[in-house]
Amino acid sequence: MLNRIWAGMVLLSFFCAVVTGRMQELSQAVLAGSRQAVELTLSMAGMMCAWTGLLKIAEKSGATALLANFLRPITRRLFPDCAAGGEAIQAVSLNITANLLGLGNAATPLGIAAMKAMVKEKPTGSLPNRSMIRFVVLNTASIQLIPTYIATLRAQYGSQSPFDITPAVWLVSAAALTAALGMCFILERGGRHRG
Amino acid sequence: MDKLGTWILPAAVVVIVLFGTIRRVPVFDAFLDGAKEGLRSSISILPTLVGLLMGVTMLSASGALDLVSHLLSPLISWSGFPVEALPLALLRPFSGSGSTALAASLFQTISPDSFAGRVISVLMGSTETTFYAVAVYYGAVNIRKTRWTIPSALTGDLMSMAASAAVVLWCFPT
Repeated sequence: MLNRIWAGMVLLSFFCAVVTGRMQELSQAVLAGSRQAVELTLSMAGMMCAWTGLLKIAEKSGATALLANFLRPITRRLFPDCAAGGEAIQAVSLNITANLLGLGNAATPLGIAAMKAMVKEKPTGSLPNRSMIRFVVLNTASIQLIPTYIATLRAQYGSQSPFDITPAVWLVSAAALTAALGMCFILERGGRHRG
Repeated sequence: MDKLGTWILPAAVVVIVLFGTIRRVPVFDAFLDGAKEGLRSSISILPTLVGLLMGVTMLSASGALDLVSHLLSPLISWSGFPVEALPLALLRPFSGSGSTALAASLFQTISPDSFAGRVISVLMGSTETTFYAVAVYYGAVNIRKTRWTIPSALTGDLMSMAASAAVVLWCFPT
């Protein structure tokens, strides 16, 4: 699916550049995009190391095990392929916590660590299992408790009460997460037969 | 509340290090062990990011966003969703930095406390960059087939779009 979407992005942008006469800009964008990726990786590498380093401390001290236990009622149902008390479920629990706290920079490295641990626990080849799919879908939705980032942006542009959208964000996030996971559960039923 | 945001990150770091010290973990050694894995992860997701960002910058440089928004706007204005927020809703699943920059530039002409401004805020707060998460998470473990991940995730994004206008109207009746 990513193959088709990526091809679609490239073809659509070429078509639009022809229509809008922006071929010059498009030609620069090809190189700019790849350069940006390297810059992003470099700036993210520090964050990535910092959080996987902290994750290791939290693992060795037993903090992640405590957290994983606390979230167990939810994670047990959502991620049945992860062994109880295993490395994967601990990283998953930390990723969920980072997302709830709005630590986006931490959530990605912890999420990647969780995916790696899930694959190590239950190798699936080139196909993800349903727990991995649910985990990625969860990370494409927002479960942040306090929308600090957008509130800061609102304050910067003269909002009278930057945080007044918080209850609305909760409602919409809950609706979106329910829709995404609901669709996931529906599609799982079809997917099981085809493998 | 603004202050709370700046406390969370340092507090999380302190809690982890303090708990490790109490449990007699050699904290710095453990940190270095973990950090080495982080470096490997960063390098392993670089190719994914190059592909994704190339596509995203091409798409935004080509004017596709304006063109598609223009084509969809009659349908959207009929649904009650603010047309001004449409480019943001379209860009959001692809690019986090791009959609943040777009939201900031929209706020220069649209008040954050107007209907459209609030819809923009709620959209930004209730969604994540879908394709980035899918590409990076699966890319890091070399999983090629995403099965029903993208249809499920996009259902969530569509729901955010539909619900944001309705919920803003309901929470802030004018």
